[in-house]
Amino acid sequence: MTGADFGVNLAFYLTIFSTLICVAYGTLNWNKGSTDKSKGVKNWARTEDKIDEGL
Amino acid sequence: MGAFENIIIILYLALIGYLGFLGYKQTKNTTDYLIAGRDTHPFIMALSYGATFISTAAIVGFGGVAAWLGNSLLWLTFFNIIIGIFAAFVFLGNPTRKMGYRLNAHTFPELLGKRYNSKFIQMFGGSIVLLFMPLYATAVLIGGTHFISLYFQVDYHAALLVFSLIITVYVIAGGLKGVMLTDALQGTIMFIAMIILMFVTFDALGGIDQAFSKLDNVWTQTVGSLSDTSLKELQPGGPDFMMKLSTLWGFTGWNSMPSFMGPGWLFVITTITLGVGIGVLAQPQLIVRFMTVKSKQELNRAVLIGGVFIVSMTGIIFIVGSLTNAWYYEFNDGKNALQSAGSIGKVIPHFINTAMPKWFSFIFLFALISAAMSTLSSQFHTMGTAVGRDLIQQIKPKSNSVTVTRLGIIVMISFSVSLAYAFNEQPAIIARSTAIFFALCASIFLPSYIAGLFWKRMTKKGAIASMLVGLISSSFWLVFVHFKEAKALGIAKALTGSHSVLSGKIIFVDALIIALPLSIITAIVVSLMTKKMDGKHLDKCFSD
Repeated sequence: MTGADFGVNLAFYLTIFSTLICVAYGTLNWNKGSTDKSKGVKNWARTEDKIDEGL
Repeated sequence: MGAFENIIIILYLALIGYLGFLGYKQTKNTTDYLIAGRDTHPFIMALSYGATFISTAAIVGFGGVAAWLGNSLLWLTFFNIIIGIFAAFVFLGNPTRKMGYRLNAHTFPELLGKRYNSKFIQMFGGSIVLLFMPLYATAVLIGGTHFISLYFQVDYHAALLVFSLIITVYVIAGGLKGVMLTDALQGTIMFIAMIILMFVTFDALGGIDQAFSKLDNVWTQTVGSLSDTSLKELQPGGPDFMMKLSTLWGFTGWNSMPSFMGPGWLFVITTITLGVGIGVLAQPQLIVRFMTVKSKQELNRAVLIGGVFIVSMTGIIFIVGSLTNAWYYEFNDGKNALQSAGSIGKVIPHFINTAMPKWFSFIFLFALISAAMSTLSSQFHTMGTAVGRDLIQQIKPKSNSVTVTRLGIIVMISFSVSLAYAFNEQPAIIARSTAIFFALCASIFLPSYIAGLFWKRMTKKGAIASMLVGLISSSFWLVFVHFKEAKALGIAKALTGSHSVLSGKIIFVDALIIALPLSIITAIVVSLMTKKMDGKHLDKCFSD
């Protein structure tokens, strides 16, 4: 940033950098973590199905 | 108002109505109504999280503060992104989601209550939401209604009733699904408006470098000239008074950090950056959104969308707020932003009306209304779940969750609207309610929430002690010490004759900086001193 001191410049570039981290993380992990095989999820899905059937 | 504006308003209301109806149609059970069926799309989840977080006050209020104090506020944007989005979604999101599934939790207080196997914790958490969120909601409600009544030239009370009625209908009918779908639409409008605002501002000031480089000269000409004037000679609260005050706090320009550990530095870093930047992690209405997605993939994708959204909100409004000084100096007879608009809260609306084309004022109004609606709808829903799920259902377990939550929403909306009806000008206590709510939530909930997710040794007694210490210490600091809240509340003044029981720079330190470490230490010490929680219960919380 033109005319800004070190502290403000640091905040500005850390803001840009942290946004890029979010973009990079989201892009690299876009298709990861889609399957959740935990028992809790399965139990929950089973309960939900029963409720839906009941309705 | 022209035909084009009428068509846009009708279209907007029709879309909101349609999305509320879609939420209603898709809501079949308690899980749908309270946590959107745990199958929300990442785009909707991320925008809903962001739009709930960013209220009208964040845009207008903080934009005005940036016009006053400058670009040092960008530290908050950095924290918003790295803590509020990245750390929250990457480190807390998935463990929260999984524990929510395992324990079948539908609200944030319920998650804590079930993790620590304590009805008291759930009811205590619900009560905190119930006690303090209405003031926060009232502040947002008053802010949003003022813009509507000013732009459309209608009576404040009439605008308030219509505005709150629209939100009531889609929150009650559509539950969290309706809330999140409308949040996504409102978030999109906010995003578009802010991007346009940034381009038009830079264009008006001759480009990015040109714009920033003008700020130093404007400071020298309009604030530097006050160096020989004492604060007592200026009208209290007036533009020059506020600018002179900022120099006494250690500010030397809109492009500079205030002097290290001075009052200004403590205010920007502890109250604004850490208070809001860390406080966001413990907001019940935001945490519940982690429980609305079905897998880690949605959270991964939401990191990208949320990061871009937040930088477009606080990042842009802080920079634009600061640059309004350069614009006014150039186009308004050599005055700075506060001198031109009159006060901090008026800078952004005044700038939009004078510096931006007419068509953009209309778009920006929609962005502000959207920001208010998205925050309010989530607040109303969270308060409703606190009444219904966390309190009434704990006393009467056989009551229907959806029905009692709907009743809770009606009661809490009525309460908030009554407050907004009575106070059409924000009393100081309501104006400070956002900061109060953030400080309280972080001090009360954060240690129990994070340790609950990652530390099996954390006990029920440790959690209760930590919450009570957080409540007592943050309340004490807010009521008796911090220069903003203690003055607004007036209790310290009534009892001791002074706005704060302490003096010196310490009164600029935010409540969170004092109360959160105390709450963390209490959680650790009491947990280590008390018996471990039952192994079977911990397995239920942590194992798949």
